[in-house]
Order: sequence, then C-alpha cells, then structure tokens
Amino acid sequence: MFETAHSVLTVLIFFPLAACLGLILLRHETAIRYYTLGALVLELALAMPLLGFDPAVGGFQFVQKVPWVESLELFYHVGLDGISLFMVALTVAIMPLCVLCSWRYISLRVKEFHFCLLFMTSACVGVFSALDFVLFYIFWEAMLVPMYLLIAVWGGPDRRYASIKFFLYTLAGSTLLLVALIAFRYVGGTFSIPDLMTGDYAFGFQCWTFLAMALAFAIKVPMFPFHTWLPAAHVQAPTAGSVILAAILLKMGTYGFLRFTLPLTPDASHFFAPLMIAFSIASIIYGGAVALSQTDIKKIIAYSSVGHMGFVTLGIFLFNLRGLEGALFQMLNHGITTGALFMMVGAVYERSHSREVTDNMGMGKYLPAFMGFWGLFAFSSFGFPGTNSFVGELLVMLGAFEVKTWIGLATVPGALLAAAYMLRLTQKMAWGAPANAGTWKDLNKREWLYLLPLAFFVLYIGLAPTPLFKVMDPSLKTVTARLQTETTAVASHSVPQSNAASAKRKILLTDAKPHNPAQE
Amino acid sequence: MDIRPELILSEGYQLLLVALLFIQSLDQRLQKPAVRCWLPTMAGLGVCLALYNLNASGVIFSGTYCVDKLSQFFKVLISMGFALAVLNASRQPTLDREKRADYFLLMGLSVLGLMILASAAEMITIYLALELSSYSLYALVALRGRECRAAEAAIKYIFFGAAATALALYGFSYILATQHTSYLADLALKPWTWSETPLAIVGMTLFMGGMFYKLALFPLHFWAPDVYQGASNETATFIATLPKLGALVVLMRLVAVVPGPQVTLVIAILAAVSMTYGNLSALVQTDVKRLLGYSAIAHAGYLMVGLVAGTNQGLDAAAFYILVYVLMNFACFWVICRVGADGRNLQLTDLGGLHHRSPALAFVLAVGAFSLVGLPPTAGFMGKFFLLTSAWDHGYNWLVVVAAVNMAISIYYYLNLVRHAYTHDEPERLGALQREPLFSNVWGLMLAGLVLLLGVLPGPVFDAAVAAGSNLIR
Repeated sequence: MFETAHSVLTVLIFFPLAACLGLILLRHETAIRYYTLGALVLELALAMPLLGFDPAVGGFQFVQKVPWVESLELFYHVGLDGISLFMVALTVAIMPLCVLCSWRYISLRVKEFHFCLLFMTSACVGVFSALDFVLFYIFWEAMLVPMYLLIAVWGGPDRRYASIKFFLYTLAGSTLLLVALIAFRYVGGTFSIPDLMTGDYAFGFQCWTFLAMALAFAIKVPMFPFHTWLPAAHVQAPTAGSVILAAILLKMGTYGFLRFTLPLTPDASHFFAPLMIAFSIASIIYGGAVALSQTDIKKIIAYSSVGHMGFVTLGIFLFNLRGLEGALFQMLNHGITTGALFMMVGAVYERSHSREVTDNMGMGKYLPAFMGFWGLFAFSSFGFPGTNSFVGELLVMLGAFEVKTWIGLATVPGALLAAAYMLRLTQKMAWGAPANAGTWKDLNKREWLYLLPLAFFVLYIGLAPTPLFKVMDPSLKTVTARLQTETTAVASHSVPQSNAASAKRKILLTDAKPHNPAQE
Repeated sequence: MDIRPELILSEGYQLLLVALLFIQSLDQRLQKPAVRCWLPTMAGLGVCLALYNLNASGVIFSGTYCVDKLSQFFKVLISMGFALAVLNASRQPTLDREKRADYFLLMGLSVLGLMILASAAEMITIYLALELSSYSLYALVALRGRECRAAEAAIKYIFFGAAATALALYGFSYILATQHTSYLADLALKPWTWSETPLAIVGMTLFMGGMFYKLALFPLHFWAPDVYQGASNETATFIATLPKLGALVVLMRLVAVVPGPQVTLVIAILAAVSMTYGNLSALVQTDVKRLLGYSAIAHAGYLMVGLVAGTNQGLDAAAFYILVYVLMNFACFWVICRVGADGRNLQLTDLGGLHHRSPALAFVLAVGAFSLVGLPPTAGFMGKFFLLTSAWDHGYNWLVVVAAVNMAISIYYYLNLVRHAYTHDEPERLGALQREPLFSNVWGLMLAGLVLLLGVLPGPVFDAAVAAGSNLIR
C-alpha cells in the first residue's frame, strides 16, 4: 500500500522550501539572486529523473503514498501521469527564468521576492503532482499568498486593487471546491483521486459538484464571464509575476478540468458541455476582440491569454482525443509563448519605462535581436505553422470539426483575431514611427539566456511534436475512455435530458463497464 | 463525598497561584519580586502539570466533578492560554503599578473558574464555575487606566452577562422541573423529545444561551465589539481566547446530553446567522480590536458547526478548532499588543508599514490573519476542514455551504490587516524605526510557528482532540 520507492516528487516539492531557509542567512542582493537562481536550476536538475517516465506503463508513476492524518484517512499521496508530467516540467523550467527576468526589475525587498518565488515553486509542483484531494486543495490555496504578495508588493501603481481582486476572486471560487471535495469524501469514501476516478456517482450529485468545481477552475483559467481579474492582475504584476501567472497559474484551472471535472463527473460534464463550449468560444472571440483595441502591450497579451485559454477549455470539452491533445499542447504552448512575451514586455519596460505601444515603437532598426525574438514569439502566439501553437490550435480545431462543423467554424474568427492583434502590435513595435528606441541597447547576455531556451522549445514543439504525443496519449486515452463510454451508451442523444435518462444510462453503464482508468 | 487530590492537580495549583497573588496584592511592601517576573514561569509550570495529568480520570465530589479526557485536554489548553495571557500582559502600559497584583489575581481567579468549568458535570456546578470565571472578568475589563470607554465596556459586559446568566438560570429551572435532576450523566438517560418534554428542550436551549454569551454567538453577541474595543489590548486578548474554551467545553457536554435535532437545529440556525452577521459587520471596521470582535462572532458560528453534527467526530473537530482558534487569536493579539506599545487602540492605518518596522511581527500577523481565514498551510485551514468534514452528511449540508461562503466573505477584512502591514508604506512612519525587543519577536514567531506546524502536521494534536471528544455521545 505504501510505495515509497519514488521520492523524486517529494524532493521537488520540498527542496525549494528548504532553500527558503538558506535565503534567510544571505544579506547581499546579488548573492540572493545567484543563490535563488542556483536553487531553481538545481531544482530543474533534480527533476531529471522524471525523464524516466515510461509512457507504455500508463497510469500514475513516481507514486509516493504516506499516511498523513490517519484519523481522517488523509494521505500524502503524489504521482504523475502523462498530463501532469508536462505541467511539472513547465513549472520547474519556467521558474529559473523568472529569477533571470527580474534581475534588474526588482530592486526593493529582494530577499522577500525570491522567498515568494521559491514558495511558489513548491506550491505549483505540489498542485500538479498531488493525488490526494485535500493535498491538492492545500497546494492550490497555498499558492495564493505568494502570488498576492508578488502583485501587492512589487506591482505597478494600481497594485492594491489588482491584488485584492485577484485574491478575492480566486478564493471565493475555491471555497465551494472545498465543499465539493468533502462531499466526494462521503459519497466516494476516499480523498484519493485515482480511487475517486473509478466511482460512479448519481447524476444530481455530479451536477452540483461539477458546478462547484467548474466555478473554481473557470475563475482560475479564466473563462469568459469570470476573466475580469486577469487583465488587472497581469498589468499590475511585476514581470516575474505575470510570467508565473500566465505560464503556470492559469494552467491550474485547465488542469483541474482535466484531472477532476472530466473523470469525476463524466455525466455532468456531458450535460454541461454545450455551456462550457459556448463560454470557451466566447472567451476566444471576446479575448481577441478586446485585445485588438488595447494600447497597453501587457494588456494586449493579457487579453490574448483569455483567448488562448478559451482554445484550451474548448479542446477539453470536445471529449475527443484530438481536442484533449490540442488542449494539453495549448497549455504547454501558452506557458512557453505567453511567458516569453511577458518577459519581453518586461525587458522593453526596463528600457522605455512605459508599456504603451506608442512609447515602444520603431525598434526594428535599433534592437534587431529583440525584435527577432519578439517576432518569433508573436508568430507563435497566433499559431503560425512551424511554431508550437500551430500544433495545439490545429488539433483543437480538428477536434471541433470532428464534433460539430459549426463549433469548428466558430473558432476561425478567434484565430484570425489573434493574427490581427499580434501583427498590428508587432508591426508598430518594429517599424512604428516616431521611433524612440534610438538610444536603447539591444538584448544583453542575461536576456539572451532566458529567451533562447524558450525560443528553442517554440520551434522544437512546432517542428517535432511526436515525442510529446507519445507521452500524453495513454493518459488522455484513459480520460476519453471514461467519457466515450458515456457517449456510446447514449448514442442517440448526446445530452441527457432528465434524471430518468441518466438513470437509464447508469444501467447501461453497469452492463458495459468501461475499461478501468489505469491505476498505479 | 470522595475527594482524590491527585485528580485536581491543575485546579489546586491554580488556587495556589491565586493565593500567592492575593498575598501580594494585600500590601505594597510585598511588591518584590514583581509579578511579571515570577508569574509567567509559574504559569508555564502549570502547563507542565496539566500535561502530566492529561490521562487522569475519575468522578469526584459526589458525581458533580468529572475528570476525563475532555476536561484534561481543555485544562491543558486553559493553562497554556493562561501562561500566554500572563506573558502577553506582563508589560501592560495602561495598568498602574500598584494594581498589577490585583489584575493578575482576577485573571487567575477567572482561569480557575474555567478549569472547574471544564470538569463540571452538574448544572449548578457549571453555573457556579461560570460565575466565578465571569465576575473576575467584569472587573478586569474596567482596569484600563486613562480610558472611560473601558468603564463603559465593563458596564455593558456585566449587564449583558447578568441578563444571559438569568436566561441560563431560567432555563435550568425548566430542566429541573421536567427532568428532576441536574446531573448531566442522569440527564443523558432522560427522554429529550418535543412530544414528551418540550419544556426541558426549551430550558436546555436557554441554558446553552449562557454559554453562547461567552462565545459571543448571535443573538448574545452584542457585547463583543464594544468590550474588545473598550478593554485594554491585553485584557481583550484574554477575553478573546480563554473564556471561549470554558464555554465550548460545557457546550460539548450539553450537546452530548441532547445530540438530537431538537436542539441542534436551533444551534445550526444561530451559527449560520452568527457567522454571516459577524463577517459582514467586520468588513467595515477600522479599529483592529473591534474588527477582531466581529471576527469572534463569526468564529463562534464556525465552532458550532462541529456541535450540530451530533457526532463524536464533530466534537473532536470542535475541540481541535478551539485550540487552533486560541493560538491564532493569540498570534494576532500579540502583534496588536506589541504594536500598540503605549496601550492605545490600534486603527488599521497604524499597521501601515509594519513590514518595515518589524518584519517578524508582520509575519506573525500575516500567519494569524490567514489562519483566521482558513488558508492552507495554516492550522486554521485544518481546523475548518475537520469541522466541515465532520458536519457533512448529518443533515446540515446547508450549514457547511454557508460556512464555506463565509470563508470567502471574511477574506476581505483579514486580508486588509495583511495588506496594511505589507503594502502601505507611509514615509512619515518609517522614520520611527524601533527595534522590537527580542522577547516579543521570539514569542510571536513561536506562536506563528505553532500555527503553521499544526497546519502541516495536525496528526498528533488532532489525535489528542479525538481522544478528548470521543465517547461523549453514546
């Protein structure tokens, strides 16, 4: 029962926390920066055993399960499958770059800033690797405080408003998640996520838990009607805060949909899928349209995030393999591309001290390397063939056309809008007049250092995505297997109309028990 | 009558402390050694004694006094709280030198009353112990130099207290009239249904009202904000923590007598109103202690979630939560007493830039506030999680949802505390950089550390709470 062989995840979760203690002793600012960078690079190195993930095995790997609070049957239970592996990899890869991109930007309270980054790393790795519902919730909430501080202490002029809004929104969303997980404890009999995934739950129960969970996740993503905290938080946050927010935090919402909503409440997911698809398409088009009218570079990218994440949620609620693959790819791609774009906005802000498009024009002539990178990431952002986002968006669109032609068609304007706002922005930044970049220096070594790896992954995933497919497919297939059986069982009407219909379906389900989602 | 002295070590020790304080308060010439020098250490010894006696059990004084796991668990908490309160109040600026011994004498007496309350298994004993602990408190509130609001608060406290006590006594008369006994053990065997003994149920609800008053549960909450605001910082610390322990332990025993829905429905409704009312009112407060007063009303509601479940798990969770509650309140008040070093009432703006002036205290405040919200990885989350888990599926799911929604409401004002401490940098305050004495930082960080530790590894302490709460409901 207690598998303690693999402690790599435990090391990944607790190493940054331990590194925090060392931080207390340091005084000199540069020493603190080098120390944190070193710790996070070491964290990346410690994550190398994860490359030993075997896609052929299926189910959760690197599992560790230790009793935690025995009287309540709480376990410290961590593990990875083909979905969470990517998210953990993204987290440990992005965090060292966050230290690099705030090297100059953060000059106040340096120690506390890096303390927050390290704490954040622990919490994020924890969220993606937790296999106990309560453990997940603890990491999920624990990450709020450092993120709040990142925005509230080191943010822009409106930081208090933005940080409180971020905190209130996300916390309000997740309190009902707590109620849902307590309810699952009673109905499913356990807090263990792999065990809960195999249970059958009554349709009414599934519906309200779906809504409780979906609210928490939709706010985090953020989906269209719940997105208003995002632009405020992004614009006010320091560069590293924006990068973490875009690259990692938003993924927690979609990860929640993949890990909890779909496997735990498959019937309700089917029932609410039209609504979620409608919200997703609204996010795609709304995010794109609003981004088109912004004058602040950071706001443009923030709203583009709403659009990109709309593609992810759309892919998730298509319930076919293409859609899920596309969603997971988009999660990864958005982390890389938007993270990079936010870093570049930070870099340009260090030169112009403004985020307005009009203050940052005509850089093509004076900062060729900067604009080269910017061009690459901007093209990646709107899914240019050969870049990473192309793969993800194409897969989501394929999945959408597979389900319904009109859903596929509805995503097209979103893709066009993305091209429109990114090209408009890029054009102004490169060739806009009057140019005010005459005295600025091009990228320095530090900036090369944090942009190169991201650029490499943009092209690598864009040109050779096959290895990633191999890793993610078995895990995604277990998700679709649980969902597909539902659809075949209700072949004629894809959406249950009433409780009676779902009860009938339950009978069908028990007859043809689906292939069990793999256990560890 | 059977007396077994080895069972009442804690009470005896507390009585000894009270006697010593009494002697010192008699004459100015006995001022040395100063109370603040010897009392914290002696109170610390009391904690060790209570821990040593943790597993004592037996029924003495002809069945009126029950020493069991529950009472011993609470006596540990009470003596620990006393030690912390004494430590916290040792340098009270608003207290005249010559009144120090009297102040601690009253505090000690109140604690003695609470300890007896933890063991009282008979309703008249409960009433007497309750009065013993209350009367000393009434006087304590007024002991704040140069402040007329303290007198006002004391009068409010005593009037409301008297009314609540009268209510409890009136309820007791109903119980005695219908059930013909005042022993809890016998009462548990009697019928408690609306059809058979309606008067007894009304009586029990009224009797519980006396405890609700101590906990500041709606509708007996009116005193809390005023008294918190009017009493000195150190007295407010005491009122915010220890009396709640006594009230909860009695409520646990009473609920165990009547675990059915007849009484718990009332409690559930009061709990829901109390937390919503407390949290909504706290949103607009600017006086930090008044804010915490409303937060206490809300927390009284949370505590009741464990009681309405009507199961031993619920009582376990409530016992664990009150421990956490005491710790996190001490953490917050510790910061208030240190920042308001001259004894004034703190406004939210006074916390501005605390992060610069004293990073350690700012951290303690952040931990305390986030724990009061119930954010992981603090003990407040674990406590709330245990409470909500225990109440689910026992007919009060709506209460769990209300409690969860209330967590979301409360975040705003708790976050306000942290926000002022961390993000409001007022240049004129930065000039007055004062080095906090080591004493305040060390104890503050210790409290914060305990809150965090209980949040990450609640296991052993939770097991102790489970041992305390189990076997109450048979």
